[in-house]
Amino acid sequence: MKLSLKNIHLPLGRFPLDLDVEMEGEVIAIFGPSGSGKTSALDLIAGLRKPQSAFIQIDGLVLADTRVGQSLPPQQRGIGYVPQDGALFPHLSVLANLTYGSRRANGSSIFSMDHVVDVLEISHLLKSGVRMISGGEKQRVALARALLSQPRLLLLDEPLASLDENLKSKGLDLLQRVRAEFSTPMVYVSHSPEEITAICDFMIVLESGRLVSRGHPRELFTTRNVPVLELK
Amino acid sequence: MENENWQIVYFTLGVSILSTLLILPGGVALAWLLARPRWMGKSLVETLVALPLVIPPVATGLILLKLLGRRGVLGSFIEKTFGVEIVFTWRAVVIAIGVMSFPLLVRTSRVAFEGVNPRLEEIARTLGAGELRIFFTVTLPLAARGIIAGTILAFARALGEFGATIMVAGNIPGKTSTIALSIYQFVQLSQDSAAFKLLGVSVLMAFGAVWISEFVLRKRSSIR
Repeated sequence: MKLSLKNIHLPLGRFPLDLDVEMEGEVIAIFGPSGSGKTSALDLIAGLRKPQSAFIQIDGLVLADTRVGQSLPPQQRGIGYVPQDGALFPHLSVLANLTYGSRRANGSSIFSMDHVVDVLEISHLLKSGVRMISGGEKQRVALARALLSQPRLLLLDEPLASLDENLKSKGLDLLQRVRAEFSTPMVYVSHSPEEITAICDFMIVLESGRLVSRGHPRELFTTRNVPVLELK
Repeated sequence: MENENWQIVYFTLGVSILSTLLILPGGVALAWLLARPRWMGKSLVETLVALPLVIPPVATGLILLKLLGRRGVLGSFIEKTFGVEIVFTWRAVVIAIGVMSFPLLVRTSRVAFEGVNPRLEEIARTLGAGELRIFFTVTLPLAARGIIAGTILAFARALGEFGATIMVAGNIPGKTSTIALSIYQFVQLSQDSAAFKLLGVSVLMAFGAVWISEFVLRKRSSIR
């Protein structure tokens, strides 16, 4: 997948998000300290924030180009978004959450309900209420919900951050399985070098809304000085 | 209690239910708008909605009387167009208590809409849902308990409305007499026994409505 975030200017609270970067990889990581603009970058790709200027392109498809006043609404971008807390609809059952976005699905077998539910090991949760399931289960349901909408790109915002070490390890295995089964490109936001080196093949590093480094994660973490590491 | 007094109770219940149902769609829509981020004229609308809460009810009644009277802007239009008179009829009672209870519905519903996590609406958009679908499947269900509580509060307010009603509808026995107006009249006529009976019914109904509203709101906060 080729993802271009060019000429980006999005005013945030203390500083703007200013990016001009082209990325290539199946799982691209956005790394950086808290408040560096990682989630805002995801929101921008999903079409949930209005930038002052932006050119966003995925594999040749232009999602936004403010120079010509073009911006696809979030509904038409085909982006699956899994926010940090999962953002499941609390008044709906797990099953109703899963089917919420599957309206635009066209019955492809890879993205069938049975297959997605099977890969994410949530079949036993379908009839449960969202309030009855654990944090890790919520993340799996949120990921399944996003996958069932057959996205061209998945945005994962620190999906394992709230889990303990044991569950984190299982979560990483699951994410690797999702990557292998569905071949959906991902943008993965995380604080964790371990997670990023395990599943990502390209990484950008943000600090105060600016790009400070880019390249292969293992290379960046081992041979180059990644300034945000010192903040951890 | 005499039949005549029961009729007053039924009339009051009827006009209160009708006015609450009439203000519900507009009140909920306005509350949703007011819960949205800044838009032009929002402060003005907020102030106008709150006005009936802070100005004397008789003053609101006087404004309605001037607007809805035969020579009023709205009253003359309605009479010419539909051949319907408003002031000093049951319709005036419905309008007066609707206007007076509208702010309670809007304010409570607005708080309920503001309590809905906007992230959920954003994620619904990424899942392909349009704004109307998001409103009916995410926003409204999550705000429903607050809206129900606001509706009950508005209904309770309608049950006891006095000042605006007497200005615009008068107190015509069998035609526009509500519980509040009748209590006042019975006291004026030194018929304390009848007044106290209506007072008892009024307190019971208001107590029930407010209690249910509090119960619904409590249940809502325990869910979040």
